[in-house]
Amino acid sequence: MKEVTTGNHAVSYGAMLSRAQVIAAYPITPQTQIVELLSNFCATGKLKAKFIKVESEHSVMAASIGASLAGARAFTATSGQGLALMHEMIHWAANGRLPIVMADVNRSMAPGWSIWTDQNDTLSQRDTGWIQLYCESSQEVTDSIIQGFKIAENVYLPVMVILDAFVLSHTSEVIDLPDIKLVDKYLPPFKPKDKLDLKNPRAFGGLVTPDFNFELKYKMQEAMNKTIPVAKWADREFKRVIGRSYGIIEAYKCEKADTILVTSGTITSTSRYVINQLHAQGKKNVGILKIRMFRPFPAKEVVSVLGKAKKVAVIDRNIGYGVGGIFCQEVKAAFGNEKKHPEFFNFITGIGGRDVTPKDIQGIIDYTETHKKPKEEIVWVGLRK
Amino acid sequence: MRNEIPLEENLNSGHLACPGCGGSLSMRLALKALGKKTYLVLTACCWSIIDGPFPYSAVKLPLMHTAFETAGSASSGVRAALDILGKKDITVMAWAGDGGTFDIGIQALSGAAERNEDFIYSCYDNEAYMNTGIQRSSGTPWGAWTTTTPESKGEQKKKMMEIMAAHRIPYAATLSPAYPEDFIRKYKKAKSIKGTKFMHILSPCPPGWKTSSEQSMKLSRMAVESGVFPLYEVENGTKYTLNYPSADFKIKPINEYVSMQGRFRHLNKEQIKFMQENVTSEWQRLLRKLKYA
Ligand SMILES: Cc1ncc(C[n+]2csc(CCOP(=O)(O)OP(=O)(O)O)c2C)c(N)n1
Ligand code: SF4
Repeated sequence: MKEVTTGNHAVSYGAMLSRAQVIAAYPITPQTQIVELLSNFCATGKLKAKFIKVESEHSVMAASIGASLAGARAFTATSGQGLALMHEMIHWAANGRLPIVMADVNRSMAPGWSIWTDQNDTLSQRDTGWIQLYCESSQEVTDSIIQGFKIAENVYLPVMVILDAFVLSHTSEVIDLPDIKLVDKYLPPFKPKDKLDLKNPRAFGGLVTPDFNFELKYKMQEAMNKTIPVAKWADREFKRVIGRSYGIIEAYKCEKADTILVTSGTITSTSRYVINQLHAQGKKNVGILKIRMFRPFPAKEVVSVLGKAKKVAVIDRNIGYGVGGIFCQEVKAAFGNEKKHPEFFNFITGIGGRDVTPKDIQGIIDYTETHKKPKEEIVWVGLRK
Repeated sequence: MRNEIPLEENLNSGHLACPGCGGSLSMRLALKALGKKTYLVLTACCWSIIDGPFPYSAVKLPLMHTAFETAGSASSGVRAALDILGKKDITVMAWAGDGGTFDIGIQALSGAAERNEDFIYSCYDNEAYMNTGIQRSSGTPWGAWTTTTPESKGEQKKKMMEIMAAHRIPYAATLSPAYPEDFIRKYKKAKSIKGTKFMHILSPCPPGWKTSSEQSMKLSRMAVESGVFPLYEVENGTKYTLNYPSADFKIKPINEYVSMQGRFRHLNKEQIKFMQENVTSEWQRLLRKLKYA
């Protein structure tokens, strides 16, 4: 069914179609509309779920953890400060191996107060054991929530589905809502292999001595290793049942590219626009690598695409202070043991909601093509001097 | 007299509490009263250790360990899952210390109480952070020594029962392991009521109170008889019922209760007098509330 909807409501539809059973949420701009629509779905019976109106984001995640461990499919959404407040429980959900799905609307961290986008809120959670999917469009948002549950419930790790504030969250576009019957076929009811159970009473999450903890963390990494093939399978299945697929990364017009832009989120769409124009003019040496799955980092896949290029321009809407763009660090690390690697250019742009225009992307391409090496470790794009 | 204490044991022997721990005896009694159809949500506190390390558990019931400040919120999640899965006959009991309740967990507890979530919240109050080695909490009484109040605590104990009663939850009660019949009756009553139930248990702690293990039950009884910790119930924030001591009981002076405990050893006569005045006036306030509420 076609529907004109915002990125935020695309999240709510995704959760509804996934038949989430417990939703705990706390409002924060720009995520608020997600929970508003979900509470409406619950109130009108469109979604048979328990909606817990908790008193903080920390409690949101604690309640989601309780619900998941007791055997329910748990969903929530947050943004920026809310995600930061959850941080302790973010670890708890992953280490507890609970397949919770959460949307995060990327919001710049205060101070100063900002409701606009950049990726530092979610990227500061990158080492918690959550799977992270960065979305480009509202369609991808809905589909990623559904895929998210499929992945989470097969590897027992939580999934974060991430979208840019306003650029995506509040922008309307037409999306195709999958038929619930097809979604049911794709995503069977949640049947956890471990849960709180009277028939098999056990304690979860208690003290672990050095005798065991190391192995538990090893198993987390094993689950992450399993995630890449599982996510590819979940995406293929999605294609088979519902008719769309995204891949964990997407190489766009990279066949003849010697320069490749690395993008994530909505910057990908802007870049596609520029690349399409260049290709139409016959200039086919520039392509895009969109990174959808950031955790686990698909290093092998990234190297196989970028390895063929001479120059790689990583566009980061985030910054690891004292190092540089976080995506760029990861891309470079992926080439760590490769004999040959392209020249890396790190562009930082769009922080705190600063608009990233086709002109900016063209500027990035021009800089990359006219320099043998980057002049600075970080090239700031759109900075006011 | 008929013994009202169920024989059923849902706590194994071989747990890791110190000898004389009021908290472990309280758990044992609570689980006897609640029976097998119970899920336990346990936050960081001595009980995270008492239950035993992975892969062991002293409790014979499904148990979820959760973060320090999340008894109210994690239990809300468990309750919501049970409700949506149609398992409404399972009781959810949150279990937290005074630190997890009076301090760090009060927000989640207050949130859950405001929503009137259907679960039993048990606070075993040993009047300090014992798990991390006896630091003051807002449940620590005035005058007590702790490692972070080396001189003596200068603030009064937070009135947690009044805070919970002010939420107008259906049931709040104070309990003592030295009064097991009263204890069991209250848990059974809590189990029969829908909504948020708050159980405040004064639980002696030999290392924290600087007492010897065999004195715990005596101290528990003295706390009640001296009016330091009277046993009462509050229904819907308004209906008060006093259990022990009775309203016409002449409460005993606190001197013996105080002098038995190393944590009060440094107090002089003046200071003990000040404590006594506080206890007496609180007791009288409670009696007035019984009369007017
Ligand atoms: C966020 C957080 N801060 C601090 C701690 C450390 N911590 C664990 S238990 C505890 C004290 C618990 O005190 P209380 O709730 O009174 O229970 P008791 O140990 O006395 O049984 C503290 C401070 C923690 N686990 N989590
Ligand atoms: S320190 Fe106190 S509360 Fe903790 S186990 Fe020992 S006696 Fe019990």
